[in-house]
Amino acid sequence: MNTIETIKERYQQLQSNNGSSVLTPIEQHAFNTFNTLGIPTVKNEEWKYTRINGVFNKEYAFNPEDISASISESDLNAIRFPGDEKTNELVFVNGLYSNELSTIHSENLTVISLEEATKSEYRELVLQHLGHSSKYINDGLNALNTAFAAEGVFIHVKKGDIVEHPVYIYNIIDARSANILAQPRVLIYVGENAQVIFAENYATFGAAESFTNQVTEIVVEKDALVEYYKIQNDAAHTNQVTTTHIRQIGKSLVNTVTVSLDGGIVRNNLNIAMEAEYSESHFFGLYFLKGATHVDNHTVVDNVKPHCQSNELYKGAVDDNATAVFNGKIFVQKDAQKTNAYQSNKNLLLSNNATVNTKPQLEIFADDVKCSHGCTVGQLDEEALFYLRSRGISEAAAKSLLIHAFAVDILGHIKPEAIRQHVDELISRRLGVEIE
Amino acid sequence: MKSEDVLEPQLEALDEDLLTIHDTVNQEYKYGFVTQIEADSAPKGLTEDTIRFISAKKNEPEWMLEWRLKAFGHWQKMEEPHWANLHYPKIDYQDIIYYSAPKQKPKVNSLDEIDPELRKTFEKLGISLEEQKRLSGVAVDAVIDSVSIATTFKEQLGELGIIFCSMSEAVKNHPDLVKQYLSSVVPITDNYFAALNAAVFSDGSFVYIPKGVRCPMELSTYFRINAENTGQFERTLIIADEGAYVSYLEGCTAPMRDENQLHAAVVELIALDNAEIKYSTVQNWYPGDKEGNGGIYNFVTKRGICRGVNSKISWTQVETGSAITWKYPSVILKGDNSTGEFYSVAVTNNHQQADTGTKMLHLGKNTRSRIVSKGISAGFSNNSYRGLVHVGKNATNARNFSQCDSLLLGDKCGAHTFPYIEVKNNTAVVEHEATTSKIGEDQIFYCNQRGISTETAVALIINGFAKEVMNKLPMEFAIEAQKLLAISLEGSVG
Repeated sequence: MNTIETIKERYQQLQSNNGSSVLTPIEQHAFNTFNTLGIPTVKNEEWKYTRINGVFNKEYAFNPEDISASISESDLNAIRFPGDEKTNELVFVNGLYSNELSTIHSENLTVISLEEATKSEYRELVLQHLGHSSKYINDGLNALNTAFAAEGVFIHVKKGDIVEHPVYIYNIIDARSANILAQPRVLIYVGENAQVIFAENYATFGAAESFTNQVTEIVVEKDALVEYYKIQNDAAHTNQVTTTHIRQIGKSLVNTVTVSLDGGIVRNNLNIAMEAEYSESHFFGLYFLKGATHVDNHTVVDNVKPHCQSNELYKGAVDDNATAVFNGKIFVQKDAQKTNAYQSNKNLLLSNNATVNTKPQLEIFADDVKCSHGCTVGQLDEEALFYLRSRGISEAAAKSLLIHAFAVDILGHIKPEAIRQHVDELISRRLGVEIE
Repeated sequence: MKSEDVLEPQLEALDEDLLTIHDTVNQEYKYGFVTQIEADSAPKGLTEDTIRFISAKKNEPEWMLEWRLKAFGHWQKMEEPHWANLHYPKIDYQDIIYYSAPKQKPKVNSLDEIDPELRKTFEKLGISLEEQKRLSGVAVDAVIDSVSIATTFKEQLGELGIIFCSMSEAVKNHPDLVKQYLSSVVPITDNYFAALNAAVFSDGSFVYIPKGVRCPMELSTYFRINAENTGQFERTLIIADEGAYVSYLEGCTAPMRDENQLHAAVVELIALDNAEIKYSTVQNWYPGDKEGNGGIYNFVTKRGICRGVNSKISWTQVETGSAITWKYPSVILKGDNSTGEFYSVAVTNNHQQADTGTKMLHLGKNTRSRIVSKGISAGFSNNSYRGLVHVGKNATNARNFSQCDSLLLGDKCGAHTFPYIEVKNNTAVVEHEATTSKIGEDQIFYCNQRGISTETAVALIINGFAKEVMNKLPMEFAIEAQKLLAISLEGSVG
């Protein structure tokens, strides 16, 4: 049975088992959209440089009975971010939230299934915000995830709460017995005056192939502060399409850093809708690619209201047969006067078989704005290399040093020290340099 | 004194400035008039018969007709592209007259024999042929509604072996060159509008510069769209043989019309070893009225190929007219050490829409390209830059620098940038930067302080903004281009 049929069967099964809930119409609508749009092809402008439909030619297990996941504590230890014992851990196995493996220490952090949330005090919040990302990403994959939204998770950060310990999210694929299709879905609501840090990790056990189609929607209220880190260092036989959709509905500050180091085909959609005056957002990205890894970062900043500020910097080094794609869009709507929006993408092309496709894009409808974008594709500075070599540093070491230095200004934006050191170690190990 | 009290008069002054800007922006198109010349037109619509009619009218050889029919066959299978950031009502391709030529016999030896009506048109435009001939030494190949009427300086060019004539003459007199190079850069299957052009093109210019010859004067063609409901389908082919150099000017104005007119031209440039082609355009077709009615639809395919080593192609354009502009002058950098350049100023006002830019395709080693694009939007217009820089696997040491700046005058217009950058070679260096802003209040204030009125200050700043591109225009054009910039932004410019 091919994957599309597996998906359809699972959908019918779920719909008949669950009876109807308030989420049913949303799911049905999304499923119809998926049927109409299908899997995006390179003819779709948004997917011009990333061929994802090939992933669907394989067979995947998607029904719960076909997914036999057994994640032990030692498995979990192997992939944990470093940090103290009090971190909140949310564990998703094969796309589904696992209550047993997750631990929540902070009192004001509520994690329940979206289905449950619709029957609780959060009903209105869920109905208001769930599926907003499809307004920005109108493709079959986003719809496919939404078609199974009820299995997702709702995370509520209470008004005025400072979540002292970061929230670590682990997306685990257990592909020890079959190819896996996983569709994690999360809706996060960060209340007024709240502060929270999220860090996400992706890991796979087993040698079978997998495809993760993830959608995370984050709603940020007035005076809230959100930091969001995504670390992708998964195996080469895993493919991912991740969507992170952030709405700043009140004057707030958002910081995100996306680090992509390994994987098969990786596509990251990051949308930031700045819907309140005086909001600020910073988003950074770092990709170090080798082998045949393909990483595609698609970002959208939508300035809807005036006086907002956004700053974007994506840097990457591309080696071997790897491909890096960057597509950054800045929209400044008619009312968004006094917007300051900056965007920059810098690439190092290290091998003659590597490819960089970049498209920094501006669409501006307001006149009193300052917007700029820039992008570069180039190599390591010959003079800097010579300087190091003339001091007795081998060519390989000198190159590694320079590449590491290239990454440092992104690393500096990862604020939690434990995560920053972890990423730095991953990079150093990749480059084979010793950094004291 | 409270700070509000100080601010108040300043704000008032600013309001007044805005008013003057609006007044001048609203100026009507100066060049809107119709020359009454009897036209010899094909019936409306496009079928194989239309193409046979055009081909017969022009006494074309059989191979040319076959080529046209082949293009028509492709066109029928193609779909009109809609990926551009443009919005316009559907074009009815059967509601267009595809051929119209002035009835009068076009062969003349001196300017005096030209229809006086026609000459008046040129005079109104300030492009009197005599003036051009006498003062600036420019050979003018004037095209009115698709047929060449006067070609001057032909003899002088002939002595050097330079061929500068209309396409129809070239088809008759130099079939080998035409066969060899026509559609070698823009194939008939390239895109919808290029295929349409190949099927129905009426005339255009043909230039061939022989080996080692440096063309002693700027070659220029004035295009002018006439006769109601006539699409203009020009086809230009310029070949610079080894070591040759040519600078070619193209300038356009069109009379006022209520219905939209379709214009789908194709320009092909070929530079062989060590050759250089400089192609400059000033485009000022009727942009439609203040409400966005009428105006020219300008769907143009322009492409050059640096086929030989050390060759160079440079596009310079000042785009102020047309209701809709869809135009991407490109360079294929095939020869080693070849260079491509693109300098552009695009101005949109009222309801104009422009989606323009360039493509630089680096294929050879040590190829270089430079892109400077300046967009100015005013009124309700939308101005997009869309460009591609592609560095192929074998393009060792390729180098590109792109800069696209946008200036917004008013809060109802839009400026957009869509740069595509594809790099497959690890020795390439590609840089792109873009900014969008409005004229700073501090800049205006600085000028005001020194006794420069706001209107003059705006003009000054816009001129400075576009200067980098204007400087690349040949002398003959620079003055006209500045005039055009002023006319299309009058008020905003001062």
